[in-house]
Amino acid sequence: MASIKVLNGNAAVAEAVGQVHPDVVVSNPVAPATPILERIASFIAEGWLDAEIINAESAYSAISACIGASAAGGRVISATASQGLAAMHELLFVASSLRLPIVIAVANRALSAPINIHADHSDAMAQRDCGWIQLFSENSQETYDNIIQAFKIAEHPDVRNPVMVGLDGFITSHEMTNIWLVETGEVTDFVGKCNPAYSLLDSNNPVTVGSLDTPDYYFEHKVNQLQGMENARKVIKEVGKEFGDRFSRYYGYFESYKLEDAEYAIVLMSSAAGAAKEVVDELRSNGEHVGLLKLRVFRPFPHQELKEALSHLEAIAVLDRALIPGSFGGPLFNETRAALYDMEDKNLPLVFPYVYGLGGRDITIDNFRDVFRDIEEKNTEKIEIKTELAFINLRQ
Amino acid sequence: MNPGNDNDGKKWHELPGGGINPDAGNSLENYTGYLRRGEKPQFNPDNCINCFFCWVFCPENAIIVDGEKIAGINYDYCKGCGICVNECPVSHEPLPLIMVEEKIEL
Repeated sequence: MASIKVLNGNAAVAEAVGQVHPDVVVSNPVAPATPILERIASFIAEGWLDAEIINAESAYSAISACIGASAAGGRVISATASQGLAAMHELLFVASSLRLPIVIAVANRALSAPINIHADHSDAMAQRDCGWIQLFSENSQETYDNIIQAFKIAEHPDVRNPVMVGLDGFITSHEMTNIWLVETGEVTDFVGKCNPAYSLLDSNNPVTVGSLDTPDYYFEHKVNQLQGMENARKVIKEVGKEFGDRFSRYYGYFESYKLEDAEYAIVLMSSAAGAAKEVVDELRSNGEHVGLLKLRVFRPFPHQELKEALSHLEAIAVLDRALIPGSFGGPLFNETRAALYDMEDKNLPLVFPYVYGLGGRDITIDNFRDVFRDIEEKNTEKIEIKTELAFINLRQ
Repeated sequence: MNPGNDNDGKKWHELPGGGINPDAGNSLENYTGYLRRGEKPQFNPDNCINCFFCWVFCPENAIIVDGEKIAGINYDYCKGCGICVNECPVSHEPLPLIMVEEKIEL
């Protein structure tokens, strides 16, 4: 039996972690992810969760402890954000190259400087090439569901790859909403046991982990590493479907909202999808053919599926909550546009880059209306299209 | 080095995941003796007190032991680092361990 609790996103992560039952929790507080670790620590203190908690003195140490504990065969979770995730950078590569199924909850937050503790995706997007599976959550419910699925995906024998689950800092992380919780027994049954491929504690089957690799084999090992990420495409789909079959909330690579007969659409990730759906509904009631695609899985990027979902559109606005200085659009824009280039029918939809919400800047219903109006204008005027990065809700 | 063109060795999909090495003890396959650069330790049993300091400190496990006695140096693995010579506590001639010049065969 499912139960309903009023929880924020951070508490939802902690609830899911408590039910999944990790062996090791590594704690290094970084706002806005701190309450996740506080709550898990209280579960352990109260005796509800029997797990080892390691209080690391830095984010770098935290991910190091995660790597050690995971290589020892444990189920491992940590939580961080922003500067913490950035400080982990070097070791995120190690975790993924060693194929360790670590799960980290990331309360997505802006990067310094100037220092800012509010939401954007700069932290996760800066780690997009480090070999981690990246899931993004729209609200607390999705965060809870994603954390549970993250363990099953990460520990799948064909995947064995770390996963980071994003929730928008101080938006999803601190917003109280109703959450449908699955019963702990059913979560345990769904996720299953952690069966590591090897364990440093298994003295009967000793292995060397993290040894030197010369030009003779490094290339082969790196290509070998891709297998986990590529297999994850199938596993993420299967796990999302199984989750739906059991708990009646289905998950795929993305959520298509009124896209089928749409001419214009917005592509974005995470919490802004809520307001965007409102605008889609409103414009639909005025007879406009608009839709939304909310991406859930950024790594592995679902190029093929995205192409199929978007190819019939006239124009697309891709809204990034991160900035790449020196590029002509954000990471989501670059990936989306690249996915569409590979079409047999060369009648490509126009794709326009937007950046919004840096450092927690609000994005409102009016802003989404403006974006739809903007891409409709650009498309109907058929002016010579220039890819120019547009900023939403910026003083300019 | 261009191993991509030969068919020896394992292909990328034949390797164990995560770059792990599952064959414990396979460092014996790598003869580290070629790393010596013109000097090698030489063993003389006359004054050896069999304290085993050289055996403990040798990073390559290249000190040969026979029963409870030091018997020599395994030059297949000795890198010529000289730690054994440095650690040997015997101070009267002839020293059990000294560094001698070694001609490198090219």
